[in-house]
This record gives sequence, structure tokens and C-alpha cells, in this order.
Amino acid sequence: MIPLSHYLILGAVLFAISMAGVFINRKNVIILLMSIELMLLAVNMNFVAFSHFLGDLSGQIFVFFILTVAAAEAAIGLAILVVLFRNRGTINVADLDTMKG
Amino acid sequence: MESVYLAIPLFPLAGAIIAGLFGRQIGRVGAHTVTIGAVAISFVLSVIAFWHIVFGGGAVYNESVYTWMVSDGITFEIGFLVDRLTVLMMTTVTSVSLMVHIYTIGYMHEDPGYQRFFSYISLFTFAMLMLVMANNFMQLFFGWEAVGVVSYLLIGFWYTRESAIFANLKAFLVNRVGDFGFLLGIGAILAWTGTLDYAAVFAQAGDLANARIELFDGAPWSVATVACLLLFVGAMGKSAQVPLHVWLPDSMEGPTPISALIHAATMVTAGIFMLARMSPLFEMSETALSFVLVIGAITALAMGLVGIVQHDIKRVVAYSTLSQLGYMTVALGASAYSAAIFHLMTHAFFKALLFLGAGSVIIAMHHEQDMRRMGGLRRYMPITYITAVIGSLALIGFPGFSGFFSKDAIIEGVHYSGIPGAGFAYWCVLIGVFVTALYTFRMLFLTFHGEPRMDEHTREHLHETPLVVTIPLILLAIPSVIIGAWTIGPLLFGGWFGESILVLPEHDVMAKLGEGFHGWWGFIIHGFQGPAVYLALAGVVVAWYVWIRRPDLADRAAERLRPVHRILEKKYGFDELYQTVFADGGRRLGGVLSRVGDQRIIDGWVVNGAARLVGRGAGLMRHLQSGYLYHYAFAMILGVLVALSWVVLSA
Amino acid sequence: MPVEQITFWIFSAIMIASALRVITARNPVHSVLFLVLTFFTAAALWLLLEAEFLGIVLVLVYVGAVMVLFLFVVMMIDVNIAPLREGFVRFLPLGALVGIVMVAELVLIVGPRYFGSDRYEAPPSAPADYSNTEALGRLLYSEYLYQFEIAAFILLVSIIAAITLTMRKRPETTKYQTPGNQVRADRADRLRVVRMDSERRERP
Repeated sequence: MIPLSHYLILGAVLFAISMAGVFINRKNVIILLMSIELMLLAVNMNFVAFSHFLGDLSGQIFVFFILTVAAAEAAIGLAILVVLFRNRGTINVADLDTMKG
Repeated sequence: MESVYLAIPLFPLAGAIIAGLFGRQIGRVGAHTVTIGAVAISFVLSVIAFWHIVFGGGAVYNESVYTWMVSDGITFEIGFLVDRLTVLMMTTVTSVSLMVHIYTIGYMHEDPGYQRFFSYISLFTFAMLMLVMANNFMQLFFGWEAVGVVSYLLIGFWYTRESAIFANLKAFLVNRVGDFGFLLGIGAILAWTGTLDYAAVFAQAGDLANARIELFDGAPWSVATVACLLLFVGAMGKSAQVPLHVWLPDSMEGPTPISALIHAATMVTAGIFMLARMSPLFEMSETALSFVLVIGAITALAMGLVGIVQHDIKRVVAYSTLSQLGYMTVALGASAYSAAIFHLMTHAFFKALLFLGAGSVIIAMHHEQDMRRMGGLRRYMPITYITAVIGSLALIGFPGFSGFFSKDAIIEGVHYSGIPGAGFAYWCVLIGVFVTALYTFRMLFLTFHGEPRMDEHTREHLHETPLVVTIPLILLAIPSVIIGAWTIGPLLFGGWFGESILVLPEHDVMAKLGEGFHGWWGFIIHGFQGPAVYLALAGVVVAWYVWIRRPDLADRAAERLRPVHRILEKKYGFDELYQTVFADGGRRLGGVLSRVGDQRIIDGWVVNGAARLVGRGAGLMRHLQSGYLYHYAFAMILGVLVALSWVVLSA
Repeated sequence: MPVEQITFWIFSAIMIASALRVITARNPVHSVLFLVLTFFTAAALWLLLEAEFLGIVLVLVYVGAVMVLFLFVVMMIDVNIAPLREGFVRFLPLGALVGIVMVAELVLIVGPRYFGSDRYEAPPSAPADYSNTEALGRLLYSEYLYQFEIAAFILLVSIIAAITLTMRKRPETTKYQTPGNQVRADRADRLRVVRMDSERRERP
């Protein structure tokens, strides 16, 4: 039997990787978005694990909603990315230094 | 009579406003017509008031005409106290002012500031009348300050001259010193009596004398003494007593000799008048009287000595005025208030005469004021010469002339006085007589006698001045001769001032003097028994010998007495002292405060420092607000890390 | 070692390795593909946790839609990678350090000490007729109905937002029909009757 802590540590490792991803890929918006997806995955992993070990389905419901919101976020984030690229010709975060479009 | 009294100061005020604000519209002729008319009306009304009070047996008028405000039980009012002292001052002020107005037409003929000048001197008349007619300290102070302001304006009338600006600032600042004392004195009186009204204050004079105030620990002073000394500080400023006299000679920067006359013959008497008016208070304090006496004596002698070495004809007259003011102050200190006012009156006439005479000479000499470049003028200007001789004789106290009576009364009064310091004062005024004669006749000889020393061009154009100038001279010469003999009896010994001046029996030197008084002729005869007349004659003879007989002697004497001469030329160094200690010291202090206090601390640290601090703080904060998304991401991650560490470590 | 354990370790290893590749891959397309792999392994692990519905949804919705969208975008925009990799090496140690510290700290918290088998007994396996999907569905449509509606609304908003953001205005030169105007047209708009003389009048 796999103990709960294994899943939690796995989530923690995933979270740390995604965080390091944010750190080292600080210029690339796409990778940043993907790192966020990874983070959400880590969180979801925890939810599912707890849901299973506590016998409470609410955790899975929560994951369901997180997936929904994450999908929406990814859609809008990518839309913004596309618009950004169309207007500025770059997705370099360092170049995104003006407030107006 | 109330409307008459009210009209007396208001007419000059109206004249001043019209000439000052509408001078351009009414033109030169309009300006002098309006102001002279106003002052003439004022003069006539003053004479009527004089007649009413003195001969008509009119009651003393002491009423408030307007209540300005009542604050915490203290009433601030405008009111008039018209008694014999007041009407005498009113008549003197308005008559001198009227003369000045008329004389100005000729003197200021070509000046672009013609209307402005008339406005000023009318305003001055108003202020002076308000001062002398006041029945409370508030109005007295108003008149006092108003006179000071007009004096400032008049001295700096030619405001493009640097020396005039310097002089008027100096006069203003020196007067501020005196006024500060004056204001403190009024404050002391208000604090202890709770009223500003003369009559109410004088009624409590006895209480004031008994009340004690501890200025320094363990040294209780009578409140009356403190108040009187403070008031006298004010009088020292306005009446140019040592050591606050420095402004008066410089005030000659104003248009000669009109404003000089305003200052010398009228404004400076404000202090003398004020002290006479305050006689019920001063009588309560022998300390204050003694102080007044000594200061007056020092002024009388020291300023006369300075007059001997001056070359500027106006300045000689100015120092003469200082010296004569010293005489008046001495009389006040000796409780001979009536003698002081008497001298004030006679002095007003003959000093006005001398000032206008000097002005006449200056006009003829094309605004040359240095006596070393005059001489022999008597042939060209006979009327000026004769009137100047009359004025000089009156000034030195030649028997029979008006100055003789007043000055002799003062000297005799001091002789009889038992106030501490009277002995010192007596010797000062006696020597002062000699000195007066010396500088007066030096001026007369240098100007009108001897060889002409002016250049050819000036000499060719020398001629008697026009009638507007000579007529006031003649008009002033007459009273300079007769007014002393005419008024000495009633004024000094006839109890003429009545209630308006209070003298305690133990101080009453005039009463003692009056015991031996048998008419003015007797006074002259009596005068020959004292040393004063002989000292005056000796002064004339010495002056004649030194400056007519042996003109080289003066220079040699100056050479021989180099240190003394230098001290006198430097006027005892008062100017230098004030310049270095107060003016430069103040400027240096200001410089230090400006550099350290303002520029470094306030500007550098407080203002710019705050801005720099904000700027620096913002500079630091800016690193937090870089606008780079990943910076915020870092911050968030680090925050998570820190929070996590905290949880771990605290667990 | 039971099959469960083997499955867990294998998939965990694949997952971590692919996650690392996601953030280190030079080519964004590779990153996306590794992300897909990560999601797949995650779905497998969820199956292991008896969250069958979510595992399937993750594969269908996430991998099938969202990841494809990522891939689509990455391929669509022509990214110059060089400047985006700027500072990668410089920040690598720092990122690694932060990650390691974080893992260490998290392990301290969520490690076996607090969440081990002795503390949390694994629940017994569900019976064979148990349907995870049905249970979730009951909950969603009863207890979490409002939240479910809101989620649906959020999706709608995101659709509109994405379309609005990316929709390009047509250039003015393009000609297109406006059917409304066509229908509303009448004679006065099209036809003008002009009266004129048949012959030219002589000017005087």
C-alpha cells in the first residue's frame, strides 16, 4: 500500500519543479504558463490523494472545479499571448514594460 | 467746541488724502492749495481753541468721541483731552506746519514729488495733532507711530538716493528701539491699572508708586519707576536723546530744511510733550526723574560739542537741536515741566528760523551745504543774514531774546533741583551754554562773514532768496525775539498750565524760582547775576577770535587736539558702534542663520532632506516595482518560502 | 513488491523526469509535449487513487483540449527562442536551490512523520460495482449545483473573452454585404428622376 505521504511528497516535488521553472524561465511566457499548469497539477494531486485517504469526494469535486478554472485560465492566457505577440512581436516578459497596449 | 476739536486734526488728514491720492488730478497748484488751506483752517481753529481755553475760561475738554473696541474690560477709544498744555502744542504744531507748507512751495518748486510731499507733511500734521490731543495711551501710541511712519517717508523722500534710504531705515529702526520701550511702558501701565485713559491712570498714580515689581530677583522696583523709565525710553527714541540720537543728524537727508524742520522743531518735541503730559506719573518716581535729568544733561553737552566740528550747515543745526532737546529733557528731569514746554515753544520758533535760514542759504548756494565753501554771504543775502543773527542770538540765550528766558529758567531750575544728579546736570548745561554760543556763531561767521570761498560761478549768481522763503523768515524772527519776554510771566510762574501738569511740592523748582521773579525785565537783570550770560558771550568772543580773527587757529587747534577732534568728528563712535554691533552683528547673525539655519537645516535637512529621503526611499521601493512580472513572481515564491520556513521552524 | 507500488514508483519517476524536462527543454514544443506526458502520468496516478473520472477528464479535457491549445499556440507563433533563454543558466542554480529548499521543507511537513501509513490508513478498495463517476455526478448535481453553474459560467466567459481578445477587425478595404441594409433598401435610395429639357435652350 502506498502511504499518503508519498503522494504528498510527489505533489511537493512537482510544485517545487514548477516553481523552479518559473524561476529559471523568467522570460518565456509560454513556459511560465506551463509551469502554472504544473503547479495546479501538483495541487490537484494533493486534493485527489487526500480525497482518497479521507474518503471524502469533496476533494475530487474541488479538483473538478480547478480543472475548469485552469482550462479557462489557459484559454484566456493563451489568447492574451496571441494578442501580445501580434501587437509586440515578442513574448519576452522583459519587453512587456508598458501598461497600455 | 467738540466739532472744532474734531476738525483740527481731520482737516490736515483730508488734505493729505486728497493731495496724496488725487495729486495727479488736482495738479501742483491744487495740491498745495488744498493742503495749505486745510492746515490754515486747522491753525485758525487751534487759535480759536487756544483763545477759548486760555482767555475764554473754557473748561478742559476730556471726552471720548469714538469707542473702537472693548476687549476684556479694556476700552480702546479715540478721545481728546484739550487743556492748556494741549492747546499750546496744537498752536505750535499747526503754526510751524503752516509755515512749512508755505515755505515748501518755494523750496520744492522743481521737485517731481511735489504733491506727494504736501501729502506727507499734511499727514504729519494730522499725526502730530492726534498725538498731542490724545486722552488715552492708545491714541498717543497711534500718533506716536504715525509720526514715525511719516518721518520715515519724509527722510526717504528722495528714495532714489542710497543715503536717504539708509537714513530713513536708520531712523525707523532706532525709533523702533525706543518704541519698544514705550510700548512696554504702556503695557506696564495697562497691566497695573487696567485702563488706558489718562485721567484714570493718573488717579491711580499713587498706587503705582507703591506697587512693587520684581524685575530681578530680590530687587523690588516701584511700578511707577519701571513704567516711567520705559516710557522715557520711547521719548529717548523720538526726542533723540543719547544714546538713541543717531537717527536725527542723518534725517537731514530729507528735503532740506523742511523735513529737517518737521523733525527738529516738531516731531522730536513729541517725547518732551509726552513726558510733560505724564508728569503725574513721573513725579511719583524720583529714580525716573534722575535718569531723565542725567540723560538730558549728557545729550545737551555732548551733542553741542559735536556741533562744533560739523561742516554741513544743516548738520550743525541738527546737532544744535539735539543739544536743545537735551536742555528740555533736563528741565523735565528737574520737574520744571513748564520750563521744558516753554523752551520747546521758544525753540520751535528760533530753530525753525535757523533751519529756514539755512535752507535759504542752501537755495542761494545751489544746494551746496558745506560751510567751508561759503563765507561773506551777508552782503548778498541781507534779510537771511539779519534773521539768522536773530535766531542765533535767541539760540545762545542772549539776554532779551526768547531763548534767554527759557534757557535761563532751565538752568536756574536745575540749580534749585534736589534730584540726584542735579549737580552734574547743572554743570553740563552751564558748559553747554558756552558750547552753544561757540558752534552757533561759528556757523554764523563761517557762512555770512569772512572771505567768500565759493567758486566764481556760484558767487555771480548769489542773490537774496524769493519772498516765499524770506517772508516766513521774517515772520519767525519776530516771535524769536519777543515771545520769551511776552510769555515767561504767565507760562512759567503764573500757574498757567493749571491742572494739566502736576508737580509735587518737594520737586517744585519753578515755585522757588518764582519767588524771585518780578517781571521779564527783572528776569533779565537777574540773568546778569548768573554765569550763563557771560559764558554765552565768552562763546561768541571765542568763536569770533577763532573763525574771524585768526582763521588758521581753528585748524591748528584741531591739529593740536587731534584725539578730541577725532572723537567729536566720529560723534563719539555711536554710529560705528551700532553699525558694527547691531547692524553688522545682526547681518552676520542673519547670515549664519540663513546659511546654517535656513539653507542647511531647513532647506538642506528638512525640506530637501525630506524630499531626498522620499526620493531615496522611492529609489529603494522602485526595485520592488520594477514592472517585470518575474520579479513579482520571485517575490511571491520567496514569500512562500519564508512562510513555509516559518511553519517548519515553529513546528 | 506489489504491483501498486511498482506502478506508483514508475509513474512517479516518469512524472518528475518529464516535469523537469518541461522547464528545461530548449524548444517550447518539446516542453508542451513533456507537459502532456506529465499529465498522462498524473492521470495514471489518479487512477491508482481510485479517482477514475478525474483521471479520464484530465486526459480528455486537459491533454485533449488544453494541451493541444498550447501546442497550437506555440506552433502558431514564431518564437525566437534565444532571448527567451537569456539568464537560464544564470538562474539555474538559484532555481534549483529554491526548489530543493522547498522540497526539503515540504517533505518535513508532509513527510511520513505526519502523513505516514501509521497515521492515515489506506481506505479499503471500493467494491466492483462502485462508480466513481456516478458518485461525483450525484454530488455535483445536488450539493455543488450552484458551484457547477458558476463553473459553467466561467467557461462561457472565458470563451467569450478568448474570442474577443483574439478577434481581428477586418480591414476597411474589405467589401462585405450587410443583409439588413439590403432588405431595407427602397426605390428612393436607388432611383432619381431627373427632369430636363429635350432641347438646349438658347441663352440670351
